[in-house]
Amino acid sequence: MPARAPLLLRWLKAFGAFWWDFLVGDTPELLIGVLVAIGLVAVLVKGSSLNAAAVAVFPAAVVVLLGGSAYRARRSKS
Amino acid sequence: MHSTTSAVTLALAVFLASAVESVEALTIIVAAGVSRGWRSALVGMAVAIGALVVLVAALGPALVYLVPVNVLRAVVGALLLVFGLQWLRKAVLRAVGLKAKHDEDAIFKQHVDALTVAEVPRPAATGRVDATGFVVAFKGTFLEGMEVIVIVLGLGGGDHQLGLASAAAGAAILVVAGVGVVVARQLAGVPENAMKTVVGLMLTSFGTFWAGEGLGVRWPGSDLAILVLVGIYAVVTWALVVLLRPSPQQVTPEQARA
Repeated sequence: MPARAPLLLRWLKAFGAFWWDFLVGDTPELLIGVLVAIGLVAVLVKGSSLNAAAVAVFPAAVVVLLGGSAYRARRSKS
Repeated sequence: MHSTTSAVTLALAVFLASAVESVEALTIIVAAGVSRGWRSALVGMAVAIGALVVLVAALGPALVYLVPVNVLRAVVGALLLVFGLQWLRKAVLRAVGLKAKHDEDAIFKQHVDALTVAEVPRPAATGRVDATGFVVAFKGTFLEGMEVIVIVLGLGGGDHQLGLASAAAGAAILVVAGVGVVVARQLAGVPENAMKTVVGLMLTSFGTFWAGEGLGVRWPGSDLAILVLVGIYAVVTWALVVLLRPSPQQVTPEQARA
C-alpha cells in the first residue's frame, strides 16, 4: 500500500484544487477572456487615456464572453 | 445618494449569494445528520465554521489595510467577474434546458443514499462522533463557506464595506439556519435558480465596475453605473435565453414531457 502524502501537502493540494475549480472549472475561456479584457482596458486607460472607449469596451467584452461561452456550451451539447 | 445605492445593492448581492450557498450547505448537513447522526454533523459544521472564522480574521484586515485599494479593486473585480460570468452562464443554460436545474431534493437524496451505504456502519448510540458524518458536514460547510468568504471579501473589500458585507452574509446564514431548524429539513422550496441568476448579474456588474475602477476607468455617474451594468447584463441574459432556446423541431419527446 503506497504511503500517504503528508497532511500539509494534502491540504495544499486540496486548496489548489478548490481555486482551480473555482476559477477555471469547465469554463477556461471565461478566465482567459476576463484577463484579456482587463489587459485591453488597462492599455486603453493607461496607454492612450481613452476613458470613453474603456467604458464602452469593457462591458461589451463581458457580453461577448458570456454569449460566446453559452454558445460553446450549446454546440458541445447538441 | 450614490453611495447609498451602492451599499444597498452590495448588501443585497451578498445576502442573496450567501443565502444560496447556505441552502446548499444546509442540504449536506441535514443529509449527514439524518444518515450518520446529528452529533457528528453538528460537530463537523461547528469545526468548519471555526476554521472559516480564523481564515477571515487572518485574511480580511490584511486584504483591506495592506493592499493598495486600486490593486485590491482590480484583483477582486476580476475574481468577481469570472465567478459572476460562471453563474450567469449556468443560469442561461438552465433556462434553456441545457443544464439540469439545481434540485435540493435530488441532491439531498443523493447524499443520503451515499452516506447510508458507506463502508463504515453508522455507530450505535454510543455518543461517539461518526467520522464519515463529521467529514461530510465539515467539507460541505467549509467549501460553501469559502465561497461566501470570497464573495464577502470581494464585494466588501473592493468598496471598504467589509462590515456591511459581513453583516449581510451573517443575516443570510442566520435566516437559512433558522428556517432549517424550524422545518428540520433541507430547503427545497427556495427559488435557488432565480436567486442564482440575480446573484450572477450582480457579481458580474460589481466585478466589471471594480475591475474598471482599479484600472483607472472613470465610470459616468460613478456608483450609479453599477445599476446601468446590471440592466445591460440582464437584457443580454434574457436575449441569450431567447436565442439559445431550442426550436420546437429540436425538442426531443423526453424534453417536451419534462
